[in-house]
Amino acid sequence: MTVGDIVSATPVSEEGPLNVGPEGAKKIEGRSPWRLAFERLRRDKAALISMIVIVLIVVVAIIAPVFKHLTGHPPNQQYFDTGLTPDGLPRGPTGTFVLGTDDLGRDILVRLAYGARISLLVGVVATFLTVAIGTLVGLAAGYFGKIVDTVLARLIDVMLSIPFLLFAISLASVFQTGLKIVIIVLAIFGWSSVARIVRGQVLSIREREYVEAARSMGAGSWRIMLIDILPNVIAPIIVYTTLLIPVSIVGEATLSFLGVGVQPPTADWGQMIADAQTSNAVEHAWWFLVFPSVALLITTLAFNIFGDGVRDAFDPRSDRVFR
Amino acid sequence: MVRFLIRRVLLGIFVLWVVSMAVFYLFFGLNKSGPNAVASRICGKQCTTQQINAVKTRLHLNAPLPKQYWYFLFGYPGKDDPNGLPRNHGILHGDLGYSYVNQQSVNTTIKQSFPITLSLAVGSAVLWLAMGLASGILSAIRPRSLLDRTFTFLALFFYSMPTFVLGVLLLLLLFYQLTVHGVSWFPAGGYVNLTDNPAEWARHMLLPWFTLAAVTSAAYTRLTRGSMLDVLGEDYIRTARAKGLTERRVVFRHGLRAALTPIVTQFGIDLGTLLGGAIITEQVFNLPGLGFQAVRAITSNDLPIIIGVVVIATTAIVLANLVIDILYAVLDPRVRLH
Repeated sequence: MTVGDIVSATPVSEEGPLNVGPEGAKKIEGRSPWRLAFERLRRDKAALISMIVIVLIVVVAIIAPVFKHLTGHPPNQQYFDTGLTPDGLPRGPTGTFVLGTDDLGRDILVRLAYGARISLLVGVVATFLTVAIGTLVGLAAGYFGKIVDTVLARLIDVMLSIPFLLFAISLASVFQTGLKIVIIVLAIFGWSSVARIVRGQVLSIREREYVEAARSMGAGSWRIMLIDILPNVIAPIIVYTTLLIPVSIVGEATLSFLGVGVQPPTADWGQMIADAQTSNAVEHAWWFLVFPSVALLITTLAFNIFGDGVRDAFDPRSDRVFR
Repeated sequence: MVRFLIRRVLLGIFVLWVVSMAVFYLFFGLNKSGPNAVASRICGKQCTTQQINAVKTRLHLNAPLPKQYWYFLFGYPGKDDPNGLPRNHGILHGDLGYSYVNQQSVNTTIKQSFPITLSLAVGSAVLWLAMGLASGILSAIRPRSLLDRTFTFLALFFYSMPTFVLGVLLLLLLFYQLTVHGVSWFPAGGYVNLTDNPAEWARHMLLPWFTLAAVTSAAYTRLTRGSMLDVLGEDYIRTARAKGLTERRVVFRHGLRAALTPIVTQFGIDLGTLLGGAIITEQVFNLPGLGFQAVRAITSNDLPIIIGVVVIATTAIVLANLVIDILYAVLDPRVRLH
């Protein structure tokens, strides 16, 4: 029996030397916080299941062209003869159109698969951009202090008091609508909360002895920030990143739903839901509203459960919201 | 306390100033192709050169940008043109200008839309506070129980639910499907004035209230539960129990009061944001509130409306933040403002 087995058999909160039996005590070896966090995450069933769901969604997004080939339906192809009933209504789920068609006779399954690409792309890219800007600003504000901090902290305050969605749609409408502007808009209005968290962490770490030691050895500001401070604030950043991905995905879908995001005919979940809602056919054809909605919901739910798991793994004292 | 208030008010004014500059610059300055492009954007696609020139003269688009911003704040120079649009007297004179599309005063539009947004925000705020606080407290006094797990899952479920998805699904289920089967309990959307017909008003607001409350209360369940669990572990709670207080008194008087601080913060931010327009809910349920007007203005390039709503929305957020800070001191005697 290894230490890992013993530890994995005990609840998280009771983890510690007391639970390690006499034969285990000899084998105790130092484990990095990373390894501890990873082991905790591995034991979290809900997080594992949500991770499998996320992997499945990613796979669907990657193999979207396979759906196209298998069904023979390109995502934007309109099948007015086979895809619509003689009355011009969408067709329900059948053998040819597995999840049915929309009001233009397009294959919903194929469009969902292609829509997953956009959701995931925006979710990941916008989140990383947001976190990168927020981390840099937070590091600079917390480390330099004084006037830099005052200016940046005020900027964060201002950004947090801006009516986000209103500004986002204004911005998206002034510029050419599209994927790039959606990502930029999400990053512009997202970085301030990351910066606030990072700044708070840096403020306390800045005073530690090892930072002083690095400074006395002649290390430059950026070196201290990136080599000495950043690794010590990385855990909250990672937690925030995982929880930010579903926020970005919903943000993109919302902008597209409001008509200032991804433009038709590109297959996009928010766009598909907006199409269905504005169409008169929806009262006879629930599927073309329900399937994209469910796809979006499953995706955000999976990311949120996984994010909660990551947070618990890095901070076992934190209250487990979902198990 | 007074010094603190003055500082916060100054900060609020600063935020409003920055935001007004940002909006102004976004629409009047960012367009690199110069005043012609701005004027034709305002005027629409089918404008003649003459009309575009008229717009340029009226809005002084050829003036340097800082001067234009000055006009925007303090009013445009000259006299009212009896045939054309009335002259904007400037934001600082309380005049938000006139719509480019229907020539109506923006002040009037906002006065008409605000009650709708207010009905939506206040009604759903009552609902989400009740749902969020109740489920959070019940979860916290019996952690790990079946009830706690149920609430926790529901909270995460609705937390992950995008507002517009819940809205359209509710409409599909409770409007379309019911109507197809001959039951018309819920309307498709739209607004009825409270003063005209209170019952119809409530019937029209029910689904929007629930939609907004369900997605918002999820955060409150999580927040209340976490905060209550923290507080219930404190020494003074043990003291309260030890001196023989009833559990109800311990939980509500001693526990909840201290646990409320983060909830009050969140509530202020949420309510402040919503009072500037519950954009998505208004859009889904066709409620012509502030957010609905803003979206319509954005798609039709009606700048004065957009700017008006942005200014109102930012003011709401700034005021909400101010109120939160004051409430802090009232709720938690440990907090001293300075």
